[in-house]
Amino acid sequence: MKTLILIIISTVFINNFVLARFLGVCPFMGVSKKIETAIGMGMAVIFVMTVASAVTWNIQRFVLIPFDLGYLQTIMFILVIASLVQLVEIFIRKASPALYQALGIFLPLITTNCAVLGMAILSIQKDYNFISAITFALGSGIGFTVALLLMAGIRERLEMADVPKPFTGTAAAYVTAGLLSLAFMGFSGMVK
Amino acid sequence: MISAVVSLTSLGVVAAYGLSLASKKFHVEVDPRLEVLEGVLPGANCGACGYPGCSGFAAALLAGEAEPTSCAPANDETISKVAEVLGLEVGERVRLVAMRRCGGGLDKAVLQAQYEGIEDCRAAVLVGGGSKACLYSCMGFGTCRSVCPFDAITISDEGLPVIDPEKCTGCNKCVVACPRDILILQPFEHQVHVRCSSKDAGARVKKVCPVGCTACGICEKACPVNAITVQDNLASIDADLCVECGICAANCPQKTITDDLLPRPPVFITEECNGCTICAKVCPYDAISGQAKERHVVDESRCTGCQLCVERCPAHAIKSSGGKELAVA
Repeated sequence: MKTLILIIISTVFINNFVLARFLGVCPFMGVSKKIETAIGMGMAVIFVMTVASAVTWNIQRFVLIPFDLGYLQTIMFILVIASLVQLVEIFIRKASPALYQALGIFLPLITTNCAVLGMAILSIQKDYNFISAITFALGSGIGFTVALLLMAGIRERLEMADVPKPFTGTAAAYVTAGLLSLAFMGFSGMVK
Repeated sequence: MISAVVSLTSLGVVAAYGLSLASKKFHVEVDPRLEVLEGVLPGANCGACGYPGCSGFAAALLAGEAEPTSCAPANDETISKVAEVLGLEVGERVRLVAMRRCGGGLDKAVLQAQYEGIEDCRAAVLVGGGSKACLYSCMGFGTCRSVCPFDAITISDEGLPVIDPEKCTGCNKCVVACPRDILILQPFEHQVHVRCSSKDAGARVKKVCPVGCTACGICEKACPVNAITVQDNLASIDADLCVECGICAANCPQKTITDDLLPRPPVFITEECNGCTICAKVCPYDAISGQAKERHVVDESRCTGCQLCVERCPAHAIKSSGGKELAVA
């Protein structure tokens, strides 16, 4: 139990995918304009990551290792992730057309979100067991959502702030992301 | 090898089956007209309408946010089809094409430097603006040509873009891309153009370009319909007022204004002439002569075919002697 809690804390704060590992920066910048869409995107990523981790762990354990197919890891994992993203897309389109509109192109882009593939490969590299792998994925997803939410909150307030004209929009967003990342560096080393 | 093929295939099949089940279960009914509209629209995805591609435009049409006429590349037939799907009436629309506001080709413009950077106007404008001395000149590196989705722009031997009005759909892409705002959209029928965009004073223009607008104001005075205004050291023609007579082009001392309708056929006066003498007074070239209350005659060697008289004749007795019919009503 202790290890699982540590994994969660580690992935959410210390080794946050976006702010410490710099994976999945594209949707981090793209969907962080409004808190609502950030929550939707975060939930989608949490779902995709958790299910993908469960499937990829089993594939690694029962297909790739026994048949010595390690070189197929990337394509297999991408196939799983892409199918899951499609599933999420179909579901969101039905369940919440507004969220589907708001997420736009970033929803199918979860397919190529390196945070998702990175999570799958990292959990294999760390040699986690099934429960730890799922916890790791859940934590990674929550970490991504936390980063996205923080960023969206800051950016919503930045809209109101008196930012010098050359820095408005993307420029201010990048500066903010950098500062946020620096702040998260304060956690580094707390948990391995 | 076999295990790789089998495992990857079976994973693919399972995923595909799962997805097909999910898409059936979570099927969303879309407006059937959406698909029809996507088929009818040109499919160029040029973005001239302001929506992300043709399918985005189709969705906006169905939502009633967009007008069918916003589609620049669509011809009248396409637009009427779109309107039919939507059950709308379409109004008339003016077909716009791009026009280059610079006549200073490499053979004419004064060069001040040699540019050896990236062959792109947007790059050149950052480092001093190409080789021509005029800061308002077309640099001629063909950024407009490369962004044109319809291959309507070619670069001439003089290093100036030439727009094929038949191919141009008025999608505005080149206008946006041009870093010096050389290109603007004009009605297709409008054929008399000020080929200059320089806001420099006349003396400076004369130093850097033999065909630049010096804002002398001769065209402004010569225009019989007051369609020309000189503002910020530059003449501009109001296409709505212009009757395409070409008098400004004939009088322009710098030959900045070009007249693509030349040569116009001379006019002739029919028997219906009642000798009112209005045409003789109107004619800027003194090409019409005759006594009052007698049939007037046109001196074909002097008539430029500007057709100003055609419009003014109360008896509708003046006709063009063939060739292209003009927009003069």
